[in-house]
Amino acid sequence: MTQAQLQETANQPALIEEPGVRNWRDYFTFNTDHKVIGIQYLVTTFVFYCIGGVLADLVRTELKTPEVDFVSREVYNSLFTLHGTIMIFLWVVPAGVGFGNYLIPLMIGARDMAFPRLNALAFWIIPPAGLLLIASLLVDAPDAGWTSYPPLSLTTGQIGQSAWIFCLLLLGTSSILGALNFMVTILKMRTPGMTVHQMPLFCWSMFATSALVLLTTPVLAGVLILLAFDLLAGTMFFNPTGGGNPVVYQHMFWFYSHPAVYIMILPFFGAISDIISVHSRKPLFGYKAVAYSSLAISFLGTIVWAHHMFTSGTPGWLRMFFMITTMIISVPTGIKIFSWLATLWGGKLRLNSALLFAMSFVGMFVIGGITGVMVAAVPFDIHVHDTYFIVAHIHYVLFGGSVLGIYAAIYHWFPKMTGRMLNEFWGKVHCALTFVGLNLTFMPMHALGMMGMNRRISEYDPKFESLNFLCTMGSYLLAVSTFPFIINAIWSWMYGPKAGNNPWDALTLEWMTTSPPAIENFDELPVLATGPYDYGMSNRNTEVDVPLADEREPVLAAGPSSVLRAEPDPNVAANPEDRK
Amino acid sequence: MNIPSSIWTLLIGIALTLVSLWYGQNNHLLPTAATDEAVLVDGLFNAMMTVSVGIFLLVEGILIYCAFKYRRRPGDNSDGPPVFGNVPLEALWTLIPAIIVIGISVYSFDVYNEMGGFNPHDVHEPPVAQKPMKMPGSAIAATLSDTPPSTAPNLNQQKSEEARLDPATASVRNDDQIPQQRNAPGVGVVAPTIGSSPDKQGKPPGLAVNVTAMQFAWIFTYPDTGVVSSELHVPVGREVMVNMTANDVIHAFWVPEFRLKQDAIPGMQSEIRFTPRIMGTYPLICAELCGPYHGAMNTKVIVETPEAYNQWIQEQQVASIEELNQAVAVKPADLSPTEFLAPYTSNLGIQPEILKQIHTNHH
Repeated sequence: MTQAQLQETANQPALIEEPGVRNWRDYFTFNTDHKVIGIQYLVTTFVFYCIGGVLADLVRTELKTPEVDFVSREVYNSLFTLHGTIMIFLWVVPAGVGFGNYLIPLMIGARDMAFPRLNALAFWIIPPAGLLLIASLLVDAPDAGWTSYPPLSLTTGQIGQSAWIFCLLLLGTSSILGALNFMVTILKMRTPGMTVHQMPLFCWSMFATSALVLLTTPVLAGVLILLAFDLLAGTMFFNPTGGGNPVVYQHMFWFYSHPAVYIMILPFFGAISDIISVHSRKPLFGYKAVAYSSLAISFLGTIVWAHHMFTSGTPGWLRMFFMITTMIISVPTGIKIFSWLATLWGGKLRLNSALLFAMSFVGMFVIGGITGVMVAAVPFDIHVHDTYFIVAHIHYVLFGGSVLGIYAAIYHWFPKMTGRMLNEFWGKVHCALTFVGLNLTFMPMHALGMMGMNRRISEYDPKFESLNFLCTMGSYLLAVSTFPFIINAIWSWMYGPKAGNNPWDALTLEWMTTSPPAIENFDELPVLATGPYDYGMSNRNTEVDVPLADEREPVLAAGPSSVLRAEPDPNVAANPEDRK
Repeated sequence: MNIPSSIWTLLIGIALTLVSLWYGQNNHLLPTAATDEAVLVDGLFNAMMTVSVGIFLLVEGILIYCAFKYRRRPGDNSDGPPVFGNVPLEALWTLIPAIIVIGISVYSFDVYNEMGGFNPHDVHEPPVAQKPMKMPGSAIAATLSDTPPSTAPNLNQQKSEEARLDPATASVRNDDQIPQQRNAPGVGVVAPTIGSSPDKQGKPPGLAVNVTAMQFAWIFTYPDTGVVSSELHVPVGREVMVNMTANDVIHAFWVPEFRLKQDAIPGMQSEIRFTPRIMGTYPLICAELCGPYHGAMNTKVIVETPEAYNQWIQEQQVASIEELNQAVAVKPADLSPTEFLAPYTSNLGIQPEILKQIHTNHH
């Protein structure tokens, strides 16, 4: 029997035969089923992604030529303000929450989240908040950038700026409620045979993400409330005219908004770890190292915020402190990247859409990581701060990282969510178009920024025209690349071939139930007869060839006796040697 | 031919190193390095670029190699080898990146120090001692402001006064909107920024220029000369100190060829020092979103020979004295409308006679 069959056989009692097919109307109700809420999150955020993408293409159309010839300067500022806000707060952050909602209870063998009604509430805050923001575009759009630095944000349109503040306050509240729910669910709802060192890595990364959300989002709420007072009640917290200090806003804003980058990328670090292991048919290399590196990133992520403010007149010692912490954060990130590469190395790679997106994620994220170390160096950051180099950097992290991660996760878990397979051919077309489009759009921006093109401008020096033209064409290609995906997803959801319970022969518990999972997921408590990443273990004594390894010592071992392995439950382990 | 894998690894390692070293030095991604500080920053960038190219090629190379070498062969449904991890390897790829980033940190720290980031005077003292203004006609400018300059020791005001007292800016500024004109004792902040480099510490800069940023223009005042300009002229080879603040929202002073950027923040003073080394005309760009015309808020920095610079200063002074003398001569109450309008109409090519004709025709 293969490892997957062993795990499935052991979990036969937990399996509910009847798939939990939902009526489409359920998705429009205040439903407390975590799977309904997960789909609600993912579909809603994808709609916002498309809106944010249209805004991005409008911005790029303006930038195709050096002159202001497409939209007015005021409208241009609103376009990039809304693009940034929508992509961050209404797409990547809630998309991570969507996967967390759908997958965490299934992965830890629970029947639902710890607080189902709170969960539904957290979702239903999002649509009105998003509509409020988009409606502001029609009345008096916010145009002070997604960072909304005062005093500029206090002098532009009051209605639009207030809409922006209230939208973010609502989304922040939703985020806090979601994070609280994940923390409690992960800590208290695991099936009894699963310790934290046996959780899938997606759960570890959602735990790290939730900790960050709980710690930092209240600070964002605080600063937004102060900004709202300055804007609407005439207080002077950040307004220098009355003795306020605009730099304090920047500190408080980035105390949330830098960790927000980790809130956006950590869930997909976890998802990628799972996807790479399954489709390489190999255990994830260094499970515990990868798990704890998420916590390290989460902790370090809270003490790097002022690297966004190296030109704001921060003192020298403070610049140096934040430079060093920012550089150190690349160490746990490096552990992840090298562990993923080591997982791929020597595997039997099923190069399907999910793995291709996951490998593109690694290849593109590493570019964002490298430029991240560069911009951490204060003297270089002083040159490229607020230029297209930064725009390129964040897009390699958030598009090359998070968005490719979201797509990898969709291709991987779509069969579980819908019970049907996506079309592989169109999946690969989608991956190829996205890969080319993203490099064409964002790679030239590095050079633009270093040569002297600042960001957030609607007109620029004509010497930058050719590179900007390339970026614009790339952004159109990215727009085109989403169509194969949308059509594929809709068609496959309705008519795709049936997936079966475990189409990828995976070992984690979400594959041990029906597809789509039954209403309460499991009949009885599922068990870990094999570890979550025990691929290739049909013979425990298979020789493994790893440099520096010694199989006799668990600390030095590379095989099943390695201390880094996520072990099966010793009470029910399929392999006698794993029993205790 | 069977070449052992260790030889391959060695050869690939050498090739990777050579490519990284070559590209790190020959990337040509940055514009001219026009100041001494820019040369230091470029050295740091090239070093980081060398390491980055190496890491980039390593990671992408492994990904592409895996995709071909380890792809699943048709019909093979077995799993890969059960490799779960290896503590020595994890330690290796924790330590090597840690050493690399510590190295980059130390190098950055050194460059930052060389640029003058740790000038101790910045934190404790106002960057410039108050200098008396020698400017004809400044009295009349004082009467233009609706709030008299405060006598209380307020660092903001001391430093903004030099720029503000200038009549040349009167037409473009609105005094009631200048934050510095409100006495805000809590914000007497001097933002410590890039000061003098260690070898020039404690010495006054060769030249001090005050910069006021406003939506959507830069105004440069040369304190000892009374010159006000919309372009920054500096002589080559002399250390320049730029003192900046903003009148309305946050702006940022950026000269890509100088590799220097500093936010100009309303209610605060920031300073940067640099020594231009290559003559030329470079763009000076506002790098912080400041409103709809942010993209148009650009001007020029002209680095020229000391002679050309001195000549420019003299021309500006002559022009400014002429304007001021005209302004002093104007006492509207004593003048007839024709006399009052004369300086303006002559600029428009209108002769006093024509005005008189209009006058008479009207009756």
